[in-house]
Amino acid sequence: MSKHLDDIEPMIYESRISVPYQWWAGETASAFFVSLRDRKIIQGTRCPDCSRVYVPPRKTCPSCFNRSMKPVEVSNSGTVTAYTVARRQFASLPRKVPVIFGLVQLDGADTSLLHYIEGVDPDEMSIGLRVEAEYAEERTGNIRDIKCFRAIGQERS
Amino acid sequence: MDRAAIIGVGMNRIEASKDRDTFADMVWESVNLALDDAGMTIDDIDNVVTTSNDFWDGRTISCMAVGDASGVRNKNVSCVEGDGTFGAFYGLTRALSGAYGTTLVTAHSKGSESVSSLISNASFDPIYERSLGMDMVTACAMQAMAYMHRTGTTQEQMALVSVKNHGNAVKNPLSQLPMDITVNDVLASEIVSDPLHKLDCSPVSDGSCAVIIANEERAEKYSGTPVWVKGVSFCSDSYFLGDRDISRAPSLTRAMEKACSMAGISRPDREIDIAEIYDAFTYQELLWLEAMGLCKDGKAGALLEKGEFNMNGRLPVNPSGGLLAGHPVIAGGLIRIAECVKQLRGQAGDYQVQARRGIAHGVNGLCGQSHCVWVLDSEK
Repeated sequence: MSKHLDDIEPMIYESRISVPYQWWAGETASAFFVSLRDRKIIQGTRCPDCSRVYVPPRKTCPSCFNRSMKPVEVSNSGTVTAYTVARRQFASLPRKVPVIFGLVQLDGADTSLLHYIEGVDPDEMSIGLRVEAEYAEERTGNIRDIKCFRAIGQERS
Repeated sequence: MDRAAIIGVGMNRIEASKDRDTFADMVWESVNLALDDAGMTIDDIDNVVTTSNDFWDGRTISCMAVGDASGVRNKNVSCVEGDGTFGAFYGLTRALSGAYGTTLVTAHSKGSESVSSLISNASFDPIYERSLGMDMVTACAMQAMAYMHRTGTTQEQMALVSVKNHGNAVKNPLSQLPMDITVNDVLASEIVSDPLHKLDCSPVSDGSCAVIIANEERAEKYSGTPVWVKGVSFCSDSYFLGDRDISRAPSLTRAMEKACSMAGISRPDREIDIAEIYDAFTYQELLWLEAMGLCKDGKAGALLEKGEFNMNGRLPVNPSGGLLAGHPVIAGGLIRIAECVKQLRGQAGDYQVQARRGIAHGVNGLCGQSHCVWVLDSEK
């Protein structure tokens, strides 16, 4: 802005915001995580109006605004509907690249679940890949109780 | 809708790091540019809408911190968290409410001061998704892959968006990344997340923008040239990416249809002269053009190759260089409005195109969850 400031050395103040959170997962997600942890079963919820099965499960239907969603079990297997292979080591990534992220539409579900895809060469990855949930050895009741979805073969390209 | 106009716009140069300007310095500068442009003083501003994001600014209630620089003292000020086009929408409704005749809308961000990947990761649901570590770039890469799979759009066609927009930016003195590059340069740049190369992605940027909106009564009282708001709409889609077909953008289609219907436009592909749209990534320009009905579904890449969206083409798209040439988050969409206003006034200098009616477009949320579309016209 003003000329008299031109030769001032720009100073930088280094800081960070570090705030712990404890989110109550809600009843629907709690049921989902208990089911993952104790039974290795993936739960969705079905809307009685539009019949869509949502995975991850929702307490209310995002399409119909209906609150009488009913829990349903869906398959551990499904199809990749979209994916990317992260190649740069972005700050948000908790593991070493390459990391394959995919949207997996489990058999019996109408929506797709975001997770890691493994068991496939990143350069061979494709939409339509069939995958199956691989569970973590130690499960503590969170989304990482599913370790990844592992490739089980190609259904359609 | 009652008549309203944009009567002043102010932008500062978009830079990788404005290390001599605080966020407030940037906003102060763009506000004063907008006031000068409109021929107004801060006393002529009846109310203010600021647009900001607490994570990007690194402070809560960030809207209040930017108030001083926006001249809000003794005025009614409100805030929108999200893209500037949405702040402008709110500002427009206030100007049309009858309670205020003029609204000043500001938007800013300094991407250089933080870590984009961590901030955009925090927009994912903490219960079901966030710990997996996806961020905006990787999410949009996934969308690009789905879009290519559905439409057959090629990496070369996407790269051509980068070539066009960086090339357009050469004539825009406010752009961060003016570049004469080739499709091969884009394809040879680092693959950050399949299928996106570094040059398919907009850069991290610092910048701000201010826009002044007036109702009909006030729009012609000042020396600035009004550009009239003929239609405006926004529409949102589901939050979770897996609930949507991310290869499409139905909420943009609905927003566009409504905005065009307000403006009396039935064939936007024929009746729009210029579009400034939210090209945060190359594929997005193509996907958004198709979703807006500015070309046939799945055909944007091929039409781009024919030159239809070039400066001298059927529909010049992002003659300013777009976000690929500089992307201050939050301000990104408001800059699209300001650039469209410059074009419709004939004040775009070396990147001026022939235009009477234009589209400005903003996006909020991951992979285009919600879209805001403005139809602007140089004639009342």
